[in-house]
Amino acid sequence: MKTQTIYQKSSGLTARALTYCPGCTHGVIHKLVAEVLVEKGLLETAVGIASVGCSVMSYEFFNCDMQQAAHGRAPAVATGIKRVRPDATVFTYQGDGDLASIGMAEIVHAAHRSENVTVIFVNNAIYGMTGGQMAPTTLIGQKTTTSPRGREQAQTGLPLRMSEMLATVPGATYLERVSVHDPKHIRKAKKAIEKAFDVQTKKQGFSMIEFVSTCPVNWGLTPQDSLEWAVENLISYYPLGVFKDATAGEDHEN
Amino acid sequence: MAKVLMKGNEAMALAAIKGGCDAFFGYPITPQNEIPEYLSTHMADHGRVFVQAESEVAAINMVYGASGAGARVLTSSSSPGIALKQEGISYMAGSELPCVIISVMRGGPGLGGIQPSQGDYNQITRGGGNGDYHVLAFAPETLLETVDIVKQAFDLADYYRNPVMIAVDGLIGQMMEPVDLDKKPPRKKLKPKDWAAEGLSGVRGHRNTIVSLHLDPYELEKHNLRLKKKYDEMVKKEQRYEMIRMDDAEIAIVAYGSVARIARSAVLTLREKGIKVGIIRPLSIWPFPEKAFVETPDSVHTLLVAEMSLGQMLQDVKIVNNGQRTIKFYGRAGGVVPEAEEIVKEVQKIVRGRQS
Ligand SMILES: Cc1ncc(C[n+]2csc(CCOP(=O)(O)OP(=O)(O)O)c2C)c(N)n1
Ligand code: SF4
Repeated sequence: MKTQTIYQKSSGLTARALTYCPGCTHGVIHKLVAEVLVEKGLLETAVGIASVGCSVMSYEFFNCDMQQAAHGRAPAVATGIKRVRPDATVFTYQGDGDLASIGMAEIVHAAHRSENVTVIFVNNAIYGMTGGQMAPTTLIGQKTTTSPRGREQAQTGLPLRMSEMLATVPGATYLERVSVHDPKHIRKAKKAIEKAFDVQTKKQGFSMIEFVSTCPVNWGLTPQDSLEWAVENLISYYPLGVFKDATAGEDHEN
Repeated sequence: MAKVLMKGNEAMALAAIKGGCDAFFGYPITPQNEIPEYLSTHMADHGRVFVQAESEVAAINMVYGASGAGARVLTSSSSPGIALKQEGISYMAGSELPCVIISVMRGGPGLGGIQPSQGDYNQITRGGGNGDYHVLAFAPETLLETVDIVKQAFDLADYYRNPVMIAVDGLIGQMMEPVDLDKKPPRKKLKPKDWAAEGLSGVRGHRNTIVSLHLDPYELEKHNLRLKKKYDEMVKKEQRYEMIRMDDAEIAIVAYGSVARIARSAVLTLREKGIKVGIIRPLSIWPFPEKAFVETPDSVHTLLVAEMSLGQMLQDVKIVNNGQRTIKFYGRAGGVVPEAEEIVKEVQKIVRGRQS
């Protein structure tokens, strides 16, 4: 019988086995980014920036040039690379602790200068790598190791919505929040990544795709329950959709 | 080209352009503002990159990215700003990325003041970043020397794949002095940057990564030992210093940067009075020029360390002196620049002390 390959690992990923926990959606997001880079012919000119978090090892996984940044500084590192190598395809891959807490200034100002780079923002509402502490994105009532009774508004404020916030930054070009909890949404998420890299290829400026992601291990849920929890709780606070598209007019004119 | 009169900070900026600097990332702070101001137009005129970052933290990480992509990169700042860059400097040392950092020192701690100081000797030679690392650091005395060392610094950074610091005090940054920008300093033989992660994995046929993470302790130790080899090579090859009127000296003033200039006039006055005094002037402050102390003639019985700090280089002098000679110290702090007369008096005190 003749065998036929109908599905295989994207050539945008290396042979290294991913180190993510079973059921963690970091893996699907990696796959989507890798597929888009390959399909758009951008992998050979890509430089990815791994941030500090569970995805710190992503420099081992994406099959392109990679730089590993200090915690929160990936957008600054991306700025440095893109300014001296404008023909490279530059993307960061950051968690919510990295991007929305310690790296707040760097992400806002990369958007503010409309750096022509693409940000892959993985929001799992928790600090995964350090063992499940509260993040600025943790939901009210959500239990973490530093909010064991559930996050309280009085002491810690309300969860930050980064896509909505960056939409108020005049320089930001394209901002979309997506989810990967089912095949339909995965296909949609891939379209969003394609759009973001198109924005960069057309030199239209700063793009960010925010992923509602999961952390089964630190949420204390099974992978399946995590997906359901994300849909019920995260997506209702972090609605999916396009928050800014400054290319609408431009694309027409081009 | 003949020498031209330029302000220190602008001369350093132009020297960087002549040294092949591709990109500058920085954040405003007195007393170094003329560097980014000058580069904001002149880098563009030379087809190079200039970015005013949102902070020194961002600036040094932009330096990291651009350097990791193979460019020759410069940043400049002053004391509190250099403090903020320390995280990035440690990452660059760990990832073996070259860059040049100009530090125009002002008084501290905290916000301190904006007058010239050498209070960051420890910050620069010990580093505030984490881990076992060093940066090559030079503290020039004149603008002429500063311009030469800025140009050489890019080669040295590339050769060692390590950050290089140029430490000047605010006096050198702000003074006007003749400089020769066309003088060609000695060049290093450099290998192509085949390690750069610049988005050329397609052309290269393999991917490059810029990383300072090594989770396996044995791997990290191997990496640490490899870095140490480089630092050992720097200690061997990069000690730079000047011996001024040391042949028959009995007292040696140990001073660098602007204080060395002031010490020169003190020496003239003292020699007229028949006092045999010279100067040991470190140009490299890391590596500290131990060799100068080996070369110091036996006639020298006392070292007078003079600094615009309350005794930072003093510690290095104590280490290399190893109890051999008497050490005295004279320091002014807070942005107060010592007069030559003050140093003269200190030396006279030493002479009187030995007579009684
Ligand atoms: C300067 C600094 N502070 C703290 C840490 C520790 N640290 C490592 S990962 C991390 C949190 C990352 O969380 P997130 O960005 O949400 O990513 P996730 O692990 O959830 O994917 C922290 C605080 C560090 N490495 N560096
Ligand atoms: S700790 Fe959480 S975010 Fe990190 S890999 Fe595991 S499941 Fe994913």
